[in-house]
Amino acid sequence: MAARNRAKLPYLLVAPAVALLTLFVVAPGVYALVLSFQARKVVGGLLGGGSRLVFVGFDNYGTALADPELWSSIVRMLLVALLFIPATVGFALLFALLLDVPRVRLARSTRLAIFLPYAVPGVIASLMWGFMYLPATSPIGGDHIDFFGSVTVFFSVANVAVWGSVGFNMIVIFTALRALPSELYEAARIDGCSELRMALRIKVPLVLPAIAMCTLFTALASLQLFNEPNTLRPLSNAVSSTWVPLMKIYQDAFVDSDVNKAAATSVLFVIAALAVSFVASRTVSRVNR
Amino acid sequence: MRARVRLLPTAALVLGAIYCVVPTLWILIAATKSKTDLFSTATYLPSFGAGILHNIVDLSTYQDGIFWRWMLNSFGYALIGGVVASLVSAACGYAIAMYSFRGRKVVFNVILACVLLPQIVLAIPQYLLLSNVGLTDSYLGVLLPQLFNPYGIYLCRIYAASSVPQSLLEAGRIDGATEWKLFHSVGLRLMGPGLITVFLLQFIAIWNNFLLPFVMVNSDDKFPLTVGLYSLLRHGAAEASLYSLVITGTLLSVLPVIALFLSLQRYWRLDLVTGALK
Repeated sequence: MAARNRAKLPYLLVAPAVALLTLFVVAPGVYALVLSFQARKVVGGLLGGGSRLVFVGFDNYGTALADPELWSSIVRMLLVALLFIPATVGFALLFALLLDVPRVRLARSTRLAIFLPYAVPGVIASLMWGFMYLPATSPIGGDHIDFFGSVTVFFSVANVAVWGSVGFNMIVIFTALRALPSELYEAARIDGCSELRMALRIKVPLVLPAIAMCTLFTALASLQLFNEPNTLRPLSNAVSSTWVPLMKIYQDAFVDSDVNKAAATSVLFVIAALAVSFVASRTVSRVNR
Repeated sequence: MRARVRLLPTAALVLGAIYCVVPTLWILIAATKSKTDLFSTATYLPSFGAGILHNIVDLSTYQDGIFWRWMLNSFGYALIGGVVASLVSAACGYAIAMYSFRGRKVVFNVILACVLLPQIVLAIPQYLLLSNVGLTDSYLGVLLPQLFNPYGIYLCRIYAASSVPQSLLEAGRIDGATEWKLFHSVGLRLMGPGLITVFLLQFIAIWNNFLLPFVMVNSDDKFPLTVGLYSLLRHGAAEASLYSLVITGTLLSVLPVIALFLSLQRYWRLDLVTGALK
């Protein structure tokens, strides 16, 4: 009896997670895949006509990929990512290393302050920064600096994203730094190694896996860029309704009611995200070795 | 030399902290201003009139106090979703860590792949699927997809493996305890501290979520704060007088989670976040 019970419990414990996984990840995924190969076609004549879903093969993928709006949204996303990824990882690493300097002052309170934006939703962060960018209400010189210019808007969007994610990444790297054995530093200090040299020559190489993990997280976050530009949109004309790919997918699905094209773009997007993850995790395991 | 070494890092950290705190401080200042002051007074100086009280009253009466409804919804989604998702994650992570059973590897690998799969691109297919069963524009439509938290399961597995010794389970078995009893009285108890972190992570993830409720819900009485304030801003684009409502709402939405965050900070097991447990 006990043995049978023992054999059953793990399945019971895993069941809720597997059920949720099936219903809310696998099923929507499969459904999106099915939709992406279908299109609504008008059938019948003038009388009694209607529309029904027909199989169209890769047509939706063709239309999606031939849409210049998708490509310009991808370019804009890449431009933001180009600013966002190095700034986030760079500042996170810098702050983590500074926190790890022996006897640095105010470490606890500054660490907390830098981590705090993590608790602020992206939409709310964009609202706060949006009003800081707005010329009429800006405390940071919005009447001299055009935060919604054709070039500056990329910095403005990236800045909101950086603000929200530096803290979490800093904690990831800082935790990795703290896990290093302290004996490592003693010898270097006796040899007269400066804190700066020690940070660059000893600490950074040893926390490379954590840095790689942060880079992967921020790269995935850039793919999912939506909240920041979407929230800044009502405040400025600089952000179009299809500014980044997710906004384009949303526009296709809900504004233009072309669910099938949106599904095809989503599928392409998932493939891209998985490819980024795969390449990144391969790199991480190589670094680990 | 020594002193400079300490001064420079401290100064850099303080600059970083200021950068992170300034938007919140500014929104606090802006919320003290009346609709007309907002555009006419020096932007970095607070107004010492009763502006903030007026703003809060205006916000509270806007559409019969819908703002507080949004606040309540956000807490409801995040609290219920956080608790249930943590329990689901705990059960699954514990089973994968403590038992060897058929299909264990497959389940874990699929979950690991889900950690890397951006949940957000699933929002639209989830909407389409849930609309077929009539669950869109309902509380459940927002809540259900957020109960599965692959990262939480991953963390629970690591945490169970390191905090629940197999020998303790063996001892319990000899004493005649059932597997279920071992799970909830030994496993769950020992995993407690880690579970709080999993709960906090999921609470904040749901609290911060925008796209899923944005596509899932149309009626404004089911909005969480993020979608509610966004819709207020959209109306405000035509009517600048709503700006001070948006600003006040932003302040009121940030304060409780910052308070919660600060008061719970000692429960964060941040070493768990990175899976860096020894």
